[in-house]
Amino acid sequence: MILLVADHNNGKPTKAALELVQAARDLGREGPITALVLGQNLAPVANELAKYVEQVLVADLPQLASYNPELWAAAVTQIAQEGEAHTVLISASRSGREYSARVAVKLDAPLLEDVIRVQDQGGALQGTKYAYLARVTEIYESSAPLTVVSVKPGAYNPAQPESTAGEQYDVELELPTSRTRSTGKVIEKTTRVPLTEADIVITGGRGLGSPEKFSSLIEGLADNLGAGVGATRAVVDAGWRPYGEQVGQTGKTVAPKAYIAIGVSGAVQHLSGMGKSKYIVAVNKDPEAPIFKNADYGIVGDLHQVIPALIDATQK
Amino acid sequence: MNILCVIRQVPDGEAKLRINNSKVDLDGVTVIMDGMDEYGVEQALRLREAGASVEQIIVLAVGPARNEDAIRTALAMGADRAIHVETGEYLDPISLSKIVAQVAQEENASLIFSGGQQSDWDSQALGAATAERLSWPQVTWTNALELSGETLKGKHDIDEGAETFEVELPAVITTQQGLNDPRYPTLPNIMKAKKKELRKDTLEKYGVQARLRHVSSTIQVRERAGKLIDGKDPQAAAAQLLELLRNEAKVIS
Repeated sequence: MILLVADHNNGKPTKAALELVQAARDLGREGPITALVLGQNLAPVANELAKYVEQVLVADLPQLASYNPELWAAAVTQIAQEGEAHTVLISASRSGREYSARVAVKLDAPLLEDVIRVQDQGGALQGTKYAYLARVTEIYESSAPLTVVSVKPGAYNPAQPESTAGEQYDVELELPTSRTRSTGKVIEKTTRVPLTEADIVITGGRGLGSPEKFSSLIEGLADNLGAGVGATRAVVDAGWRPYGEQVGQTGKTVAPKAYIAIGVSGAVQHLSGMGKSKYIVAVNKDPEAPIFKNADYGIVGDLHQVIPALIDATQK
Repeated sequence: MNILCVIRQVPDGEAKLRINNSKVDLDGVTVIMDGMDEYGVEQALRLREAGASVEQIIVLAVGPARNEDAIRTALAMGADRAIHVETGEYLDPISLSKIVAQVAQEENASLIFSGGQQSDWDSQALGAATAERLSWPQVTWTNALELSGETLKGKHDIDEGAETFEVELPAVITTQQGLNDPRYPTLPNIMKAKKKELRKDTLEKYGVQARLRHVSSTIQVRERAGKLIDGKDPQAAAAQLLELLRNEAKVIS
């Protein structure tokens, strides 16, 4: 079987979970497509997932109420072994990339990590991924009987529901005790369109000068264009913006229809998080800024004059 | 305790990459210690300087002969000695974790540092895979860390934001920007590093083979239109940009 781990939020499968379903369907390998859902109070998410896959395995346990790498790895491994899975699909979120590595070791299986495409080539699995800070695209192949694959969010379109409902089963698990204690979480909340789902992303850099200017200019323009708001690492490190808005190697990877970088110089670490956007727009006063080499459109000028003009023009 | 710092040598971020025989060819390319790994070496030194009973800080690199440059940099920063498993073969991160785990056991390490994401593979798997092989906990994407007794406390990034944590040694920690500001090796320390022990091992000793076959590498250069507008007249520049976004790119209505 193809086993996929379906992430969920507020009683619904996430977009990334439905993307995994599509990846599994496109793969067309033999056996039922089986979704494993881990957590607590899972009836609504299991009912929803049953519209998409042939089997839903439900692990409804208090220990699984929140993500933990050791527990997640143990749970997925047990189910993959019992179900004799040949392919395990995990979303390549920060947590997914962490526990998928543990699952691969536990199952003594190869890991195709953070793929944008996975295909069956005469029984072997080929995964396409970015490398060298997303400057190179590489293909790797696994000929093992079982392969773990993590799939980059946004690489596949979310699947559509099917006409027949899948079967649901409760599963029993033997879980270890985690040795890491979480002592507090800071959850990023935004009322805007989520960064990874936005058609337009407007990102501000240190060139804005202050958090106040960031709010008035970047958010002002984002409001007018219905865009998501992003920030560079330097801006997040300076405490102007929350981590959840960070775009780049150590933050989120985005590929919107239009990426508008304002006061951003364009270090490779930043480019690796947004370089796959359809159109890239830059506003910067330095004509030599590296971002211009990667931009479709750019304004060489003072952002403190240009952005108010853009805000004005988009209001009309 | 002993700390093991795993390092990789990668192309400088600004280096121009080219493909030869379907592989990235690093001949003549400036290569450096991966910046993410540098935070790990620095953190090991800082734990010792903060008074933790660190006996040895050992650096491990797996890769071709030229990796010696990155190893010497780590030694010049202050690591005590190094192990270089010299190989030109491609090893995927899951396979490499087997070597790291074996070395950690042989060297009696109770803390392993590795970069949050290797900038050649764009992989985040090495730290967690090593932890699993050793049956240790791991904390990834750490950006604050302190050690009191056998307990590591710190902060790290998670899917939804950030989290503070506590974990008992032994553990694997993956590092990232923000954790510290790595020191530059001074000339006297660079000279000293030349005398530090650098043990060479072969891949055969560890019985490890790649589990993935590399098929191809392609440089994806997306042609960008590169249309630059002079912003001296901000209103005119704004109008021209919106015209391009509306009628050429068709991304706004």
